[in-house]
Amino acid sequence: MAENRYLLNAQLAQMLKGGVIMDVVNVEQAQIAQEAGAVAVMALERVPADIRKQGGVARMSDPGLIKAIKEAVTIPVMAKARIGHFVEAQILQALKIDYIDESEVLTPADEECHIDKTQFAIPFVCGARNLGEAARRIAEGAAMIRTKGEAGTGDVVEAVRHMRTMNREIRQLANMPAEEVVGFAKTNGIPYELALEVKRLGRLPVVNFAAGGIATPADAALMMQLGCDGVFVGSGIFKSSDPVRRASAIVKAAAFYNDPEKLLEVSMDLGDPMSGISVASLTGENRLAGRGW
Amino acid sequence: MNAEAGALGVLDLQGGVQEHLDHLQRIGVPARTVKRAAELDGLAGLIIPGGESTCLSRLLRIFELDQAIRRAVDGGLKLWGTCAGAILLAAENRGEAPALGLIDIAISRNAFGSQLDSFNRQVRVPMVAEEPIPVTFIRAPKIVRAGAGVRVLLELDDYIAAAEDDRILVTVFHPELTPSLAFHRYFARKCGVRSDGTEAASRDPGWTPQSWMRFSHHA
Repeated sequence: MAENRYLLNAQLAQMLKGGVIMDVVNVEQAQIAQEAGAVAVMALERVPADIRKQGGVARMSDPGLIKAIKEAVTIPVMAKARIGHFVEAQILQALKIDYIDESEVLTPADEECHIDKTQFAIPFVCGARNLGEAARRIAEGAAMIRTKGEAGTGDVVEAVRHMRTMNREIRQLANMPAEEVVGFAKTNGIPYELALEVKRLGRLPVVNFAAGGIATPADAALMMQLGCDGVFVGSGIFKSSDPVRRASAIVKAAAFYNDPEKLLEVSMDLGDPMSGISVASLTGENRLAGRGW
Repeated sequence: MNAEAGALGVLDLQGGVQEHLDHLQRIGVPARTVKRAAELDGLAGLIIPGGESTCLSRLLRIFELDQAIRRAVDGGLKLWGTCAGAILLAAENRGEAPALGLIDIAISRNAFGSQLDSFNRQVRVPMVAEEPIPVTFIRAPKIVRAGAGVRVLLELDDYIAAAEDDRILVTVFHPELTPSLAFHRYFARKCGVRSDGTEAASRDPGWTPQSWMRFSHHA
């Protein structure tokens, strides 16, 4: 991938900052999301909450569905490929969507390797639980990172954990004398050059959104105040009782994340949020965030 | 005009806000973000950044910033819209109702295709700078018509890429994503605000693609 293409891809993510990216499973939901002010939609067949409930192997969505959604909206369209499934990614690139999410929400296709994203012109966003994971994905060519959280739960606890972990590790790195960087990079699996760049910048070198469990305007503002650049809301909108109002409220909360008066105003009378599952009740393979290497 | 009349604002609802703040700092112009109507007071100019035009237009309307911006323009505020910002300012938005509708142009959203069709190029804009200017188009719109009172600054292939009238500047590309400071200097001049340096040194050698991060909210 040409260097200027990678930069253009990182810059598209910059234009999404302060915005909300919403999961949608059909054209109607995509239009609702756009009308509510989503900055992009994630087109998929099943939201994470349903993937969780129904079980089985979760794969890339039918390209016909993604194409229909792409034709119905003018905002960017993202879609998910399985971790390591570079052919799903090739298909999504041929479909000319705007961003690929190499996602732990789908069943991984490779338990050792992620996709070599440098071989693609299309941008990728990848999930991460900590600085090392984020840096490895960036080294592989991701132009945008999202904290993983625990998708499909409506429980924000893991998104918070991942964001706090990343912030803590960045602060450690930023305050560390130069001679300790090699050891820190080795321990945390961070490519050395990227460790130096993160140290110099005091943040990830690409846009970082929060994802996984965000269900209310307050959740979105919490993640923004913790330092992310924007949020993904998956099941949280269309699994709630009033998706139109909730979608719009979360968009407003992301813009005014630092203004409690506005957050109060937008949080009222939204109906029921998605019912959710507490992450603490999930065990083993039901925890999706553990996928990724 | 009050003591702060030398300042420019950047609309801070969503999108490429920090990138503009970084460029304004590089040309030595006092700048601040604008989230609320009251924050427009005393500004000489306001930049409406790139982002998603549907998101920005909904937020402008819901929080009644659209009316406040129209009133401020009547009071002399100058505006510059980049990419989505240009869409918001257009009197005619093909495929959707206009948002602010303050300049007599027709614009077509996302007119090049998907992200795979985003690109960089060098352009010459004699009104803005003598040297070629690098510009970045990201899922850009095209200006497809300019009214009688509108000056075309840059025409490429089958579309207009930059235009202005006495109050408003629109560019479908992103000067804030390049090392070039030429358009930011040009807008400051339009607003009657002094900037440091000269047109001749319009490319900042100190700029990097990560320069905006010094303004990210957790930095």
